[in-house]
Amino acid sequence: MMIETLLAVTFAGALVTFLAPNRIAGKLAFAISLIPAGLSLWLFTAFDGSGNALLEGGELAWENQATWISLGAYDISWYVGLDGISLPLVVLTTILTTLAIVSSWTPIDMRESQFYGLVLFIEANLIGVFVALDFFMWFIFWEAVLIPMYLLIGVWGGPRRKYAAIKFFIYTNVASLLMFGAFMVLVFSLEVTSFALPEIAQAMVNGGPESFAGVAGSTIASLVFVAMFIGFAVKVPVVPFHTWLPDAHVEAPTPASVLLAGVLLKMGTYALLRFNFTMFPDQLEVYAIPIAAIAVISVIYGAMLALAQTDLKRIVAYSSVSSMGYVILGLIAFTHFGVGGATFQMVSHGLISGLMFMAVGVIYNATHTRMVTDMSGMADRMPIAVGILIAGAFGYMGLPLMSGFAAEYFIFFGAFGSDMLMYAPAFTALAMFGIVIVAGYLLFAMQRTLFGPYRLETDYEVGRAPLHDVAPMFVLLGLIIALGVAPELIFEMILDSVDPILDLGGDA
Amino acid sequence: MSDAFVLPEWAALAPALVLATTALLLFVYDSISPKSTNRAAIASIAAAGALVSLATAVWFILAGTGAEGVDAGYDLWFVVDEPGAGEGAISVFGGQLIVDQMALFFMVVVSVVTALVAISSYDYMAGHAYQAEYYSLLLLAATGMSTMAAANSLVTIFIALELASLPSYALVAILKDNRGSVEAGLKYFLIGALSSAIFVYGISLVYGATGHLQLESIAETIEAGGADAYGGILGLGILMLIGGFAFKTASVPFHFWAPEAYEGAPAPIAAFLSSASKAAGFVILFRVFTTAFPLEVTTDVIGLEWTHAFIILAIVTMTVGNFAAATQQNVKRMLAYSSVGHAGYAMIGLAGLTVDGGELVLGAAMMHLLVYGFMNTGAFLFVALAEYWGVGRTFEDYRGLASRAPIACAAVAVFMFSLAGIPPFGGFWSKYFLFLGSIEAAATNSAMLVVAAALVINSALSLYYYSRLVKAVWIDDPVTGFDRDFGGTPTGLYTAIVFAAIMTVVLLPGFGPVADVAIDAASAILV
Repeated sequence: MMIETLLAVTFAGALVTFLAPNRIAGKLAFAISLIPAGLSLWLFTAFDGSGNALLEGGELAWENQATWISLGAYDISWYVGLDGISLPLVVLTTILTTLAIVSSWTPIDMRESQFYGLVLFIEANLIGVFVALDFFMWFIFWEAVLIPMYLLIGVWGGPRRKYAAIKFFIYTNVASLLMFGAFMVLVFSLEVTSFALPEIAQAMVNGGPESFAGVAGSTIASLVFVAMFIGFAVKVPVVPFHTWLPDAHVEAPTPASVLLAGVLLKMGTYALLRFNFTMFPDQLEVYAIPIAAIAVISVIYGAMLALAQTDLKRIVAYSSVSSMGYVILGLIAFTHFGVGGATFQMVSHGLISGLMFMAVGVIYNATHTRMVTDMSGMADRMPIAVGILIAGAFGYMGLPLMSGFAAEYFIFFGAFGSDMLMYAPAFTALAMFGIVIVAGYLLFAMQRTLFGPYRLETDYEVGRAPLHDVAPMFVLLGLIIALGVAPELIFEMILDSVDPILDLGGDA
Repeated sequence: MSDAFVLPEWAALAPALVLATTALLLFVYDSISPKSTNRAAIASIAAAGALVSLATAVWFILAGTGAEGVDAGYDLWFVVDEPGAGEGAISVFGGQLIVDQMALFFMVVVSVVTALVAISSYDYMAGHAYQAEYYSLLLLAATGMSTMAAANSLVTIFIALELASLPSYALVAILKDNRGSVEAGLKYFLIGALSSAIFVYGISLVYGATGHLQLESIAETIEAGGADAYGGILGLGILMLIGGFAFKTASVPFHFWAPEAYEGAPAPIAAFLSSASKAAGFVILFRVFTTAFPLEVTTDVIGLEWTHAFIILAIVTMTVGNFAAATQQNVKRMLAYSSVGHAGYAMIGLAGLTVDGGELVLGAAMMHLLVYGFMNTGAFLFVALAEYWGVGRTFEDYRGLASRAPIACAAVAVFMFSLAGIPPFGGFWSKYFLFLGSIEAAATNSAMLVVAAALVINSALSLYYYSRLVKAVWIDDPVTGFDRDFGGTPTGLYTAIVFAAIMTVVLLPGFGPVADVAIDAASAILV
């Protein structure tokens, strides 16, 4: 019942915060968010599961299943549990939310109780996405994330917030509909009696879909695979479905950006791993090259786009496209280190991009501009915040002993030796070139904004950032270094859950 | 259950009887104190009556009244006409009225909506004359609708329908000084009278072809071949009946009164008509077509499957409603057209019936009407709140309301997303089960694939205009130029809106029992 408690506490906290007076909402939300954060850390230390949640031999931690609606041919159940893939993401969610709440104390100055209530509501649903093991339950949480995020961007966002919010909502909703439809077709053509994901995964392993409505089973599997890939690719996002991301990020308030980049994007890669990469081993082989190509294009093109930006937040936003490309590459490599590294990168990127968005947000709070061309020499005025931004940027570039290095090293190592992906060394080499561009745009942007003589094009006095702006960044930096020094903190449980997936592909 | 407290058979009609008694009680109150302006007392009587009716109906459902099978009800100490529980439908007055689980299910819908409307009218009707009249008309109309749920012969159906309609005409026009209200009332009355005429003519043709008015007898006559010589007349009669139902449920082709009537009517009455009245229209539609015209035998006589008519009507109704709603600037008209669209969704319940059965799709339609009773009523009551505050009528006027009234606006976001059918709200389940039922029926009748596709596409498109309202109240900048403090937080309206919102959310995790009852009820009348 620990998972249920975690969810219930977070939902209740969201409601309480929503109804609280504006004056205390920020502090209250922080206090409340410590409960799920503490609980999830406790779950982390007490974790006793092994194997993969969806596959045979998986021992789930805190598993609980109860029939929800028994109607029609398929049962819908309340089914939760954690394995080595989902647990790190739950911890990431709760920690990042707490830090995001602290980081919003400065920028959010209107309708605070609604803001913090929605943030906690997002947190609860994100936890739900990662713990759910029934398709419907998972889908409901998945969709329920959208509405509060839409409101966060739309109400508290920047000047073009309406456009950005609508674009985000439409893109992700259409993608969800496509994915939902595809999955329904899959379930109708399978010999299953419920929407429990393990049962569906098992049915896929034992021969896959039968013919449905006159279409052959293998064709259905292929079509569903492609449709679901596109549905999740929008969320990730990969090129060419990425255009909603920079708009949403730039207009979103800092804490929403932190959650968006830190966790919401991981919903996409997590779902890819759970659905496409666990249930469709045969299709993966067929589509390995196109998927790898998409991954490499996302890496390179995302980095090039970042290079072309003059808005700090846009730079960080596009760099997420690039980083998510690495995740896809690691997944499609389908090796021990590839998939494990991709999962590790989900967590690592969540921390690093959260840190970057916070740092950019702190600078924006002081200067009220994010334009690279509007400022220079910020290091003189905000030494601590700038120092952290630089540290985060080096994490992004893959400085050894930071989590970014570990993640990318695992991915490249795993991708290079891939059996399933033809021309794997070529794809890997191309993707590695992305690191160079990443270093290029980050160093270039920092050189112009942070160093040199102090100059600012706005009329604001710039001083040191308050402690509560800086403290969450220190926490994130500490986690990034901790995972960089000792990746096995989470990498071992990830690998333990990833390996059963690879066994299905034949050659691990 | 020998020690059970035994009620007489007619007590099974208690939900409707309570509503009627309450209406009469209000008349008595009014005749003792004709000029009373004690709104609290009058509204409390009305709301209490509706709530008692609701409680009775829920009790009967749980007790298994009118259900089939020994384990149909929980082992509660109350049963109707022991051993009534588990012995099938209870027929009253020689089969003119029948109480089964479907009847009780719709009685729940009617009394829930009536209670919500009565509570919210406490604020909305403040300052108007005719307080007692308003509430007694409301409860009389609710009595009619509740009776419609139980009506089992074409005559009782017609009487119940008129009992529901006549007070509704007056209620729409109750704002006597408001031209829009009076005009709406007149339009509603004229179209209502026309459709009643068509309906009665349909009844007479069916009677002419079969010689019976009671639904089971009609079915028996058709099955025995008694109507073989009059296939054409029977078919025409059925067509005319569909016309009458289309009016009551606000579906194409008799939907055009709905936006006019809802726009002019007081918003709580619009909520009442679009939720309760529509649900009542559907229950007789379901009952007449499943009981009186069993698909297989009727097809033999009239040469056509009547499901085809409903397939066409469902697709056209949902599409017309959606596209018309998308072009509206007036929030109430948008909701009115959306309610037309939802009539199309509910009609899938009949379109999806096949000779193999179809309790899933019929049950899904019933579930949808129940969820709709909360989410649509809530949406209209939000409009009532805006009218109470004098906000204005268009999307433009609603801009930025969330900064003034976050709780009500959170509720309206719930209603809108639930109407659009996206999780995490009750509307998601009912639309999903309609979809699932359509797919299941498609195995027998491939035209249902088109219906399923139309359902999905229309739901996706409907998100556009539903999210417009959310965008207006939450995201758009507040209207400037006038004082946004409208004064007061009307207790009654807020209570009703918040309750409807909570129920819309609670129906997501708590959908299982609703689904069970609806499916049991649907399979009982399909036998």
